[in-house]
Amino acid sequence: MMPRAWWLRDLVYLVIFVAILIGATYLIAYSETYFPAMRYYHRILVMMGINITLAVSLNIINGHAGQFSLGHAGFMAVGAYFAAFLTLYYFGPYVDRLGEGSGQQWLLQNVLLFIAVILGGIVAAIAGYVVGLPSLRLRGDYLAIVTLGFGEIIRVIILNIDKIGAARGLSGIPPWSNFFWVFFFAGLTILISIRLVNSSVGRAFLAIREDEIAAEAMGVDTTKYKVKAFIIGSCLAGVAGGLFAHFSPAYLNPTMFTFIRSFEVVAMVVLGGLGSITGSILAAIILTFLPEALRGVKDFMPGGRDPRMVIYSLMLIILMLTRPQGLFGRRELWDVLSRRKDTIPKEPRDAGDATDKLDRDAGPPVT
Amino acid sequence: MRKLLIVAVALLAVGCPPPSETTSGASGGNEILVGEYGSLTGPEATFGQSTHNGIMMAMDEVNAAGGVKGRKIKVLTEDDQSKAEEAANTVSKLISQNNVVALLGEVASSNSLAAAPIAQSNKVPMISPSSTNPAVTEKGEYIFRMCFIDSYQGASMADYISKQLKMNRAAILVDVKSDYSTGLAQFFESAFVANGGRIVAKQSYAKGDNDFRSQLTAIRSANPQVIFIPGYYNDIGQIAIQARDLGITQPLAGGDGWESPKLVEIGGKAMEGSFYSNHYFAGDPDPRVRQFVEMYRERFGQTPDSLAALGYDAAKVLVNAMSKAAQLDGPSIRDQIAATKGFPGVTGVITLGPDRNPIGKKLAILEVRNGDVVLKDTFEPAGSSAAAAAATTAPTTAPTATTAPAKSGT
Amino acid sequence: MEDFLQNLLNGIAAGSIYALIALGYTMVYGVLKLINFAHGDIFMIGSFVGFYAGRYMARHATGEAASLGSAALVLLLAMLVCGIVGYLNERIAYRPLRNAPRIASLITAIGVSFLLEYGGQMVFGPDPKFFPTLVEKKIIHLGTITTTNYQFIVLAVAIVFMGLLQYIIYGTKFGRALRAVSFNFETASLMGIPTDRIISMTFVLGSMLAAVAGILYGLSYPKIDPLMGIMPGLKAFVAAVLGGIGNVPGAVVGGLLIGIIESFVGGSQFSSYRDGIAFVILIVILLFRPSGLFGRYEPEKV
Repeated sequence: MMPRAWWLRDLVYLVIFVAILIGATYLIAYSETYFPAMRYYHRILVMMGINITLAVSLNIINGHAGQFSLGHAGFMAVGAYFAAFLTLYYFGPYVDRLGEGSGQQWLLQNVLLFIAVILGGIVAAIAGYVVGLPSLRLRGDYLAIVTLGFGEIIRVIILNIDKIGAARGLSGIPPWSNFFWVFFFAGLTILISIRLVNSSVGRAFLAIREDEIAAEAMGVDTTKYKVKAFIIGSCLAGVAGGLFAHFSPAYLNPTMFTFIRSFEVVAMVVLGGLGSITGSILAAIILTFLPEALRGVKDFMPGGRDPRMVIYSLMLIILMLTRPQGLFGRRELWDVLSRRKDTIPKEPRDAGDATDKLDRDAGPPVT
Repeated sequence: MRKLLIVAVALLAVGCPPPSETTSGASGGNEILVGEYGSLTGPEATFGQSTHNGIMMAMDEVNAAGGVKGRKIKVLTEDDQSKAEEAANTVSKLISQNNVVALLGEVASSNSLAAAPIAQSNKVPMISPSSTNPAVTEKGEYIFRMCFIDSYQGASMADYISKQLKMNRAAILVDVKSDYSTGLAQFFESAFVANGGRIVAKQSYAKGDNDFRSQLTAIRSANPQVIFIPGYYNDIGQIAIQARDLGITQPLAGGDGWESPKLVEIGGKAMEGSFYSNHYFAGDPDPRVRQFVEMYRERFGQTPDSLAALGYDAAKVLVNAMSKAAQLDGPSIRDQIAATKGFPGVTGVITLGPDRNPIGKKLAILEVRNGDVVLKDTFEPAGSSAAAAAATTAPTTAPTATTAPAKSGT
Repeated sequence: MEDFLQNLLNGIAAGSIYALIALGYTMVYGVLKLINFAHGDIFMIGSFVGFYAGRYMARHATGEAASLGSAALVLLLAMLVCGIVGYLNERIAYRPLRNAPRIASLITAIGVSFLLEYGGQMVFGPDPKFFPTLVEKKIIHLGTITTTNYQFIVLAVAIVFMGLLQYIIYGTKFGRALRAVSFNFETASLMGIPTDRIISMTFVLGSMLAAVAGILYGLSYPKIDPLMGIMPGLKAFVAAVLGGIGNVPGAVVGGLLIGIIESFVGGSQFSSYRDGIAFVILIVILLFRPSGLFGRYEPEKV
């Protein structure tokens, strides 16, 4: 199906993408000196990039492989803390010894950030493996609660390690992360996700999602692929965590990684449409943007109570009620735009309906 | 399906933050904009609300008296929902979109730590009313605080208990989720042990817990003379009730987080005989304190807690610095805040030291007696054993995490 | 030994509240296969209704005899309000999604949970409130262990309501319909069972139990705030899964188990890990019994 030199095409895309990113990064830095408000928008943009990475990576586990995980914040925490630990205690002091503002320092800190973030991702992947393996016997909601539990256990463990700040949080991490790196990794995550769906691994994921037993019968090693989905998803979550840790204010606290955070990411994936990559991206953008955009509401409220988050939760409910299959369903942006009916995958509503009705009767009854 | 795209785009368009109307703020407009970020909702909301009340009272007083340099002060308040990353967002918004000249906030050190680097890099002075973690002001020369730091208060309490009360068996119950509580407990423990005392039991709970019976059962078996619980008042009341239910009669001791009318309201009779250290005593005959307490009661219908008082003082110190500053920009206001010396605040005479922490503040030891909070003792810091104990023992027991970031600081 | 008994008693008292909340989770899951994340927040609403009603009663009721009556009245009122909230919750947020993918209702459940938490902070104020003393507290010494009459009240009320629930499920026509719906949704509706009404009733029933838990919680831990439902709700959910979700006795056993184990961990030197212990137990048990303690393991149907 794929052209033989797909990797070459990807490489070209990547180079163009990097060039655009570098341009955008300089443009933002330049405009910040003239429009101070840009610093705030810059921050929101970076948060969007991190949330896109999180949502797209969770979409691999939840959307593509159909394994319902509620522990994404935990993997993010692992990546964030490990990367921050490296830069704070090892890389940072080393870079500090070099001349202030020198080109050598600039180069080194970017290289070291890259290494730290990747290593954070690898450690998060190991955590994903550890979580994924025993959880395999579990299905559906049991898996959800176990992953949620793992996320919380990770948080409690971090809370008890004094070396990484415990309840005080970890402050003083070098703030090396920036717009470029955040969107570079967001783009990389999207690319990996797209390539994955169209690869044999991705097809196996989809098979498992649609019908695990049938997939098993067809010779798909479901165990292997489920673990694979967990490893890839949690690795990318760890990368997002590493980038988050190094972005100003470069401060980590265990309270940032509660299960509420996982819920937010799940909300992004489901709102975008389970399995839709562009849907996850759009939902991540909307749900990052919404609370910030609603900050102005309180100026119109008498009594000084801020209804911002109430409106946020209402909008979440309303969006879900109006688009139960998510913004894009299981389709991608281009499917929606081109309206080529022949290539559009089956409406998720029918598919979801069929499997879900079955599902409803599958669980144990009230006894 | 187009419909949905239109909806999505419309959503984005409607939600777009209006391009900073308030940018006139510091320079051109008639009002001086001061930013406040605080936990107005979320688990720490009760502290954020008190601080907010204190700040608003101070600013209204200033405005009623004509403002600063003939201009009124406007406080822009943002809610950070008690979340550190939200604190960073709000502070970033206040600084770059609203162009505030200075910042007031936060109570929880974790939120202050998330905001401080942003204030520092934008050269906007920030005064934290009540973040006790030493690392907060280490973030840079633009960050100040109004309260005691953990090492000072923890060590002083240890000194008071072991030297004045001659007790040498203490138990500690610490909130493992709170940096305030763990910090205070750490310094208390090291100073208490340095004074020859013994920590017979150390148990922890987590903010939001409501059942402390099992921890208290373990403490009861260790039979201490005093139980040090460096938490916040909303937990302490519950802990005290459950301790008395279990037949624990020893006094409980704590820090300034206890100070609130809710302490006795929730704890009731169970609080009898317990004591804590604080910045000030609400029943102090000092006219400054009396005026503050009366006005606060009149306006908000309750006795101010220490967070309100610290918020009030932080705002007053800021105003004092602004009125002295040659220009209303970050660096000149910062210099004037740093030069604060002998400022008569509600929580004591405020002099900011070279590390931007208040120095020489007296410690009031307050006790609950017959359902009322009374002054038990005042404790002179004397800079002597308390500070020395903190200085010598801190690095061994409180390693790296607080000290290491300072080295590689931003 | 003394500590052991003391911790056991504390654990049972705390666990019976978890069990009451867990029942609501398990019933809703039984009929809808939906994790109702808003359940913990309905429990919070119950506590706040108790707070306002109790304060009103304390002002207007007089005499010793009135105290027990007013306590019962407060309980009924809280159950009524929570029942209505639960009904509205199902009607508005879940019923329109009955035929949509199940995960959509999960997100609306999270949305409702956020709404009740943030809305609660706006309406009740975010600061903690002191729950009124509905019943006079008495300290009871049993040999070496100390307890209060509250712990016994909690236990007694919890047992009464669990018994009541057991009767409703097995002794009434509604209960039979409920079991039928949870056994097979489609077939039940074909047999003429009004499934929508049964599901609504289940929500009302579960929310009423949450209200009872809210009142008992307020009585034993008199500090209440709009975010109080999050952790107990989560632990109760863990309890429900532990016992085998959809299984009523399982929820009770799971709740008690979590309460007791948390109590022992809290009293040990590992008390700083207490928040995580419920999950550790959950994971260990699910590894050996993938459908919980009492859940029947159903092999997958092709």
